[in-house]
Amino acid sequence: MNAPLNRQGLSRREVVVGAVMVGGALTVGCSPADLMSAGSKVEVGAFGPFIRFEPDGFVTVISKHIEFGQGSHAGLAAIVAEELDADWTKVRVEQSPANAKLYGNGALGAQLTGGSSAISNSWEQLRKAGAGARAMFIEAAANRWNVPAGEVVVKDGVLTHASGKTAAFADLMADAAKVTPPENPPLKDPKSFTLIGTDRVRRKDAQAKSDGTARYTQDVRLPDMLTAMVAHAPRFGGKVESFDADAARKVAGVVDVFEIPTGVAVVARSTWAARLGREALQVRWDEAKAEKRGSAQIAAAFRDLATGKGPADQKWESFGAKGDAAQAAGGSDAFEAVYEFPYLAHATMEPMNCVAIVDGGSVRLVHGSQGQTLDQLNAAKIVGALPGSVEVETLFAGGSFGRRATFTSDYVAECVHVAKKVGGGKPVKLVWTREDDMRAGHYRPLVAHAVRVTLDKDGMPATWRHRIVSQSIMKDSPMPSKGVDQTAVEGAMDSPYLKATPVVDAQVAFPEVGVPVLWWRSVGATHTAFVMEHTIDQLARKAGKDPVEYRRALYAKAGADRHLAALDLAVEKAGPTASAGWTRGVAVHESFGSVVAQVAEVRLADGAPQVGRVVTAVDCGVAVSPDQIAAQMEGGTCYGLSAALYGEITLTDGAVDQSNFDTYRVLRIGEAPSVETNIVPSAAPPSGVGEPGTPVIAPAVANALLALSGQSTTRLPFVRSV
Amino acid sequence: MAASLDVNGKTVSVEAEPDTPLLWVLRDELGLTGTKFGCGLAQCGACTVHVNGDPVRSCVTPIAALSGAKITTIEGLGGAHPLQQAWVRLDVPQCGYCQSGQIMSAAALLAATKSPSDEDIDAAMGGNICRCGAYQRIRAAIKEAATSAAAPVVAAPPVAKEAEVEAAVDEAISAASGATSRVQRGEVR
Repeated sequence: MNAPLNRQGLSRREVVVGAVMVGGALTVGCSPADLMSAGSKVEVGAFGPFIRFEPDGFVTVISKHIEFGQGSHAGLAAIVAEELDADWTKVRVEQSPANAKLYGNGALGAQLTGGSSAISNSWEQLRKAGAGARAMFIEAAANRWNVPAGEVVVKDGVLTHASGKTAAFADLMADAAKVTPPENPPLKDPKSFTLIGTDRVRRKDAQAKSDGTARYTQDVRLPDMLTAMVAHAPRFGGKVESFDADAARKVAGVVDVFEIPTGVAVVARSTWAARLGREALQVRWDEAKAEKRGSAQIAAAFRDLATGKGPADQKWESFGAKGDAAQAAGGSDAFEAVYEFPYLAHATMEPMNCVAIVDGGSVRLVHGSQGQTLDQLNAAKIVGALPGSVEVETLFAGGSFGRRATFTSDYVAECVHVAKKVGGGKPVKLVWTREDDMRAGHYRPLVAHAVRVTLDKDGMPATWRHRIVSQSIMKDSPMPSKGVDQTAVEGAMDSPYLKATPVVDAQVAFPEVGVPVLWWRSVGATHTAFVMEHTIDQLARKAGKDPVEYRRALYAKAGADRHLAALDLAVEKAGPTASAGWTRGVAVHESFGSVVAQVAEVRLADGAPQVGRVVTAVDCGVAVSPDQIAAQMEGGTCYGLSAALYGEITLTDGAVDQSNFDTYRVLRIGEAPSVETNIVPSAAPPSGVGEPGTPVIAPAVANALLALSGQSTTRLPFVRSV
Repeated sequence: MAASLDVNGKTVSVEAEPDTPLLWVLRDELGLTGTKFGCGLAQCGACTVHVNGDPVRSCVTPIAALSGAKITTIEGLGGAHPLQQAWVRLDVPQCGYCQSGQIMSAAALLAATKSPSDEDIDAAMGGNICRCGAYQRIRAAIKEAATSAAAPVVAAPPVAKEAEVEAAVDEAISAASGATSRVQRGEVR
């Protein structure tokens, strides 16, 4: 462990960290990646940061992205194995250490898994890595055998020459490591892929995840490790006023009780002792600055804003302007709708947790880190260290859906604060209970949309006025983007329907609310897809047109060929008629570069929608792992349907009403639809699949209910508990 | 205080208060971390283990209720149980965190019902949440395991304990966990 930093060094480091945190990297003359990885001790092997050859014949692919269910490890390994011509059965995946320079996300800069970008941002990078290593082995074999490199063939991890010479990767790895890596190795013609696009690309973790040996943060056990639980304020923005720890300290196994910035920590020798200790703790909270509004009040304020009844000084930002805005506000016989979406919890199976080991300025984090660089920056700031020096061992996470990447590293920072106070390099595991997790905010924002559309004489949209009111997710970003916060308008802003409409006036407002909000699987599309797709069905109805034909006409007008192809494929695979007793709804949406179309069969059971067959078509570019794409369509649909049916976090006087799965209902097996996945053939580079399967089902169900009953849906969830 | 438990066929001694939930004894004391913490309220099923062959939510089952009971965890299933093989063949897991509990519930189902219908599966698996939404594959894997070659469906065979002891254990568990005991179901008197 490093000795504590001296005062002079500390202040210099604070400057560096501070510069990164405010996005001021350019002012000190080096790249953000350099700064964010400053102090790193991560080393790179002879074959680069992504590949290691093992003496046992295996190839280890080093993944810069976390695996939390989305299948990134299998897909990333397949890209390397394809270009390398490795034996897929002898490929392992290992999680990379944290280093923004080596392992930064090409789409995001920092090392972070998000935006359904794991495969897309790694595509060229890992193809080159695999092809480069392959070229090094070919040269090593050619030299050893004294034959032209062009005559060496690689297949399934074995190099051969027509003369009968043969060698496995393991036999040649020492020689190959000495070859200078080629700068631009030739890549395969995708037509000659033998692994990518086949069902041979399977998960590498299915066995470990079926026999209990897969290791999650919750499972970390280290010598002398202490477990911490933290009592948090019941309202967002509350602070500790005072606390009485006498009873908590008397609980057997409780080691210490102390205040940290986010509450009062109880540190114990076991999880159960920490829990009993926290129950015995008495805390008085200072809620002077806490958010005390209820969600109904917030929703009403948002609806008022969206419908022009809010304060006149509210700032609005445009996300689409075409033609005369006054025209979009005028005209007769307009379609008008106001939609409202609740706060949603991610409710991952594994509640948030973290293990931190702090010794002076040295920090090691062991957890399911989704945003390693953010975690490094935030941990470094707490102890006064260089961000790159913060070691992160990334484990599997029991789901995230966006929750494990926050700008503040909320629960990670909390764990670092506790471990810093414990000190001495003693491992501390922070455990959040389900209740802690559900009441900790970082929700999908509560959102209101107001839409006003007039149709031309052919029934097609002539003017489109759109207002969105949402909290801004990106406002707390250390590197704020210029212009409108995309996470609130994506899916509406780039909609082919707006493109096909001659007059558009689209604006968004971001009121301040004290409830922390965050990206939630498919982010803006969670509400924009619903509004656009359900509105289109209502417009088609108003125009007396078939919703599928109506979409086709709009896609033709907008040049949205991929939307059209996905819709056509889903409709074709669904067949001409719905199953007896079921009604169909259709929806199509593009997010994260992929287009998903769904035909959902819905019926009402005891007044609640039930979803049966869901025929899905997805265009995600080259399909690296068809089975994982199908798994993401199945799972994404369930995640979206769960929220659409039941998902709703409500607040009463600022306190969260829900606490566990008894009050935050989620989809169970008997309610799960049967999802059929069809992939649109494509030679384009791969795009995302982790999120695009989520936002389409809700509008598809709403459209089926519209067809069934004539009633539109203006508020989710469909089944309201409060 | 010291307590004695029978876990995966071995008698183990643990230092824990009688009201400590089995989940935390398994995980923190015995290092059997395959059984997961998800909700602490018997709402999600991630902590499912077998007690005398029945699926039980270990997060709400105090160890005081388990004297003399045979406890089987995911580690006790051996790794090559027909369900585990089917889980791997069909790439059921995504994040994987719920899967130990899913498999334990499914193993108890198959032990009682050789060829479960969709309704049987819905009933037996309804207490196990999967937030990744792998339900479709869970259903398929259970059916595949049910039709695969005959193999032991419970690693730890049901124990020939005195019926009275078993019934008492069941009652204590159901009182604690809210589950229907075998006595209430009329399977044991």
